[in-house]
Amino acid sequence: MKINLKVWRQKNSNTEGKLVEYHLDNVSEDMSFLEMFDVLNDSLTRKGEDPVTFDHDCREGICGTCSMYINGRPHGPQTGATTCQLHMRSFNDGDTIVVEPWRARAFPVIKDLMVDRSAFDRIIQSGGYVSVNTGSARDANEILIPRTIADEAMDAAACIGCGACVAACKNASAMLFVSAKVSQLAILPQGQAEHKERAERMVAQMDAEGFGACSFTGACSVECPKSISLDHIARMNREYLGAKLTSDNA
Amino acid sequence: MAWVIQTLSSSLGRKVIMSLTGLFLSSFLIVHMAGNLQLFKGDNGRAFNEYTYFMTHNPLIITISYLLYTSILVHALMAWVLTRHNQASRPVKYAYSKPEANSAWSSRNMGILGTILLLFIIIHMRTFWFEMHFGAVPMAEYDGKQYKDLYVVVKEAFSQWWYVLLYVICMIAMGYHLSHGFQSGFQTLGIRHKKYTPLIEFIGTYFFAIIVPAIFAAMPIYVFLQVHHII
Repeated sequence: MKINLKVWRQKNSNTEGKLVEYHLDNVSEDMSFLEMFDVLNDSLTRKGEDPVTFDHDCREGICGTCSMYINGRPHGPQTGATTCQLHMRSFNDGDTIVVEPWRARAFPVIKDLMVDRSAFDRIIQSGGYVSVNTGSARDANEILIPRTIADEAMDAAACIGCGACVAACKNASAMLFVSAKVSQLAILPQGQAEHKERAERMVAQMDAEGFGACSFTGACSVECPKSISLDHIARMNREYLGAKLTSDNA
Repeated sequence: MAWVIQTLSSSLGRKVIMSLTGLFLSSFLIVHMAGNLQLFKGDNGRAFNEYTYFMTHNPLIITISYLLYTSILVHALMAWVLTRHNQASRPVKYAYSKPEANSAWSSRNMGILGTILLLFIIIHMRTFWFEMHFGAVPMAEYDGKQYKDLYVVVKEAFSQWWYVLLYVICMIAMGYHLSHGFQSGFQTLGIRHKKYTPLIEFIGTYFFAIIVPAIFAAMPIYVFLQVHHII
C-alpha cells in the first residue's frame, strides 16, 4: 500500500519544528506502525538524510516506551493498544497519516517524535513506592489479600507510564497516570503506612512538573493502552483530600 | 492555616473549589426554579410577587443570597485561573487533533459554556435583580399590603421575541454545562462508587441537563405567548 506521512521534525528542544511530508510506496499491511517507520528511516539513511527519531523498546505493547500522536490520537486509531501494536492494516491505501510527538509543557521534545518523560520518574520518586526491608524475598501469600482487591490493584498497576493520558488530555493533565500509581499502593495493605504522604507528595510533584488540572473529559482512559479506569482518579482525589485534612503536615 | 492555602492552590484543591461552588449553584437552581413556577399560576402575578417579596425580605434567604453571589464570582474566577494554567500546560498545540474520538463536546468546552452563562447571569440580573432592588418597579396591593410588582417587569422583558430567544439559547448552554458539570463535581470530591454514581449520572443528565433548563426556558416562552394573547 501507498502511505503519505506528515511527520513532525524538530532538531532539538531549543528549535522550532515543522511537519515534513514523506511518501512510502511499498508498505505491507502486515507491518506494525513502527516497522513502517523503520522502512522510512532506512530509506532516509540511504539518501544520507537524518532518520526520524522515535522512542521504542519492547515492541510487545508492555513497556510503554513508544509514543506517537497518530492522526490526532495518542497511539493511533485503535484503543487499548500501544503504537507498536498498531498495524498498517488499520489504514487504507493512499491515506495521509499525521504523526506528532506528545505535546505537554512537562514533556519537552528531545528530537522529532521523542519527548522527555522523566517528569513521570520524578513523580514516582516523590512517593510512588513502599518502604520495605529489601532483604530476602518474602513468602508468597504472607499477607492475605482478597482476590477482588488484588485484581483492582493490578488493574492500576497495569499502567506502563507511556504518557498517552497526558497526550490525550486537553489540559495535558497527568491525573490518570498519578492516580494509577497512587491507587495500586493505596488499595493494598503494604501501601497503607505511607498512603497519606504518598498522595500529598505525588500530587505536589505533579503540579510542580507543570501538568494541567483534570476536566474529567475521560479522554485519558479512552486512549490509555491499558484502559485504566477513571475510578482511580476519584480514589486519588479521596486520598489527597483525606490526607490534606488529616495528615501531620500542618 | 498554611496547609489550607497550600491545599486550595493545588490543582486538586482548585477543582474542589470549582466543585463545591458549582454544586451549590446547582442546588440553587432547584430553589430558583421551584419559586419561579409561580409564573405559571395564571393569577396575574400575585403568587410570583408574594414569592419575590419573601425572597427579598427573609433574613436566611438574604444571607444565602450573599453566599450565592460569592459562589458565582469564585466559580468564574477560579475557572479563569484553571483555564490559564491548563492552556499553559500545552504551549505547543497539536497540528492535527481528533478529540471527538475520545471525549464529549460539552466536557471539553465548559469554559465557553460557562462564559455564556456568566454573560447570561449579568443580563438576567440587570433585567430583574437590579430592577427589583434599585429600579422603579410599580407597586401592587394584595389584602391591603404593598408589594413590588416584579411581574410587570417580567411581562415587559419577555414580550420581546429576541429576549425570549436569548433565554432559550442560554438555557440550552446551561443544559450542556450541567450535563458534564454536575457529575464532574462529584468526581472531583472523590464520590464515585457503583452504588451512587449511576444515580448521580441519572440526576445530572435527566434532571439538571434536560428538565431544569426546559422548565426555565418554558417561562419566557409562556409569558411571551400570554402577553401576545396567543394562549
